[in-house]
Amino acid sequence: MGSPTNRIEVTLESVLDSVDLAEDISLRVAVTAGFDEDARDRIGMSVREGMINAVTYGNRGDRDKLIFLSLELDGNKMTIRILDQGAGFRLEDLPDPLAEENILKTSGRGIFLIRAFMDEFEVRPGVQGGAELVMAKRLPVPAGRAK
Amino acid sequence: MSFKATARESGGITVVDVSGRITLGEGSSMLREMVRDLIDKGHTKIVLNLGDVNYIDSSGIGELVSGFSAVKGQGGELKLLNLTKKVHDLLQITKLYTVFDVHTDENTVLSSFK
Repeated sequence: MGSPTNRIEVTLESVLDSVDLAEDISLRVAVTAGFDEDARDRIGMSVREGMINAVTYGNRGDRDKLIFLSLELDGNKMTIRILDQGAGFRLEDLPDPLAEENILKTSGRGIFLIRAFMDEFEVRPGVQGGAELVMAKRLPVPAGRAK
Repeated sequence: MSFKATARESGGITVVDVSGRITLGEGSSMLREMVRDLIDKGHTKIVLNLGDVNYIDSSGIGELVSGFSAVKGQGGELKLLNLTKKVHDLLQITKLYTVFDVHTDENTVLSSFK
């Protein structure tokens, strides 16, 4: 029988303070889940970048639009979902920040960093519009159980 | 730790000692204003000492790139000194490590300016 699922859901305004708050919440959950410092840094930064995307590019700073953050621990991984109320986007439409013509651009690296730092990542269209970023990190294997 | 930046002169080169977080909002905008102010005052040989920067996000990376390009556009150079592991790893992942001139010793970076 698997471990029980623990889930937190938070609704956030489209303001910069929400970015810090979401990062802080995710770091607390990551500590509870037993991630080491490096993994926590990567989770925290991924949530931060996802929230920046939602506030800045998804909801475009419109304070009438909300961001729905959920964090879930299911015994195997920590899954984070960030849903905005913007126009939505497709991963394949994003420019490659490593391409020579983009390397000196001042933006466009956030989603790239999430993909680099998390074990799973995808962008889904929200049921009622917007974009939902879904990212996951496998939980650390407890000492003594590693093969 | 919140963002802090202090500029000092060394042989015609401006060294900016940066500490704290360079992130969207306060940190990145303060860094942008500081670099612009230095350029406006004619300082185009700049070293950003990032030894005490414990966190940087994509916005902060964008500001480093912005500063690099702005200084270069004025015929100057912006170089990086004392990267922490986190900043070093981010610049490696984003392939910017080879774009910036990165140093680990202040005397070396000061003598590297043309």
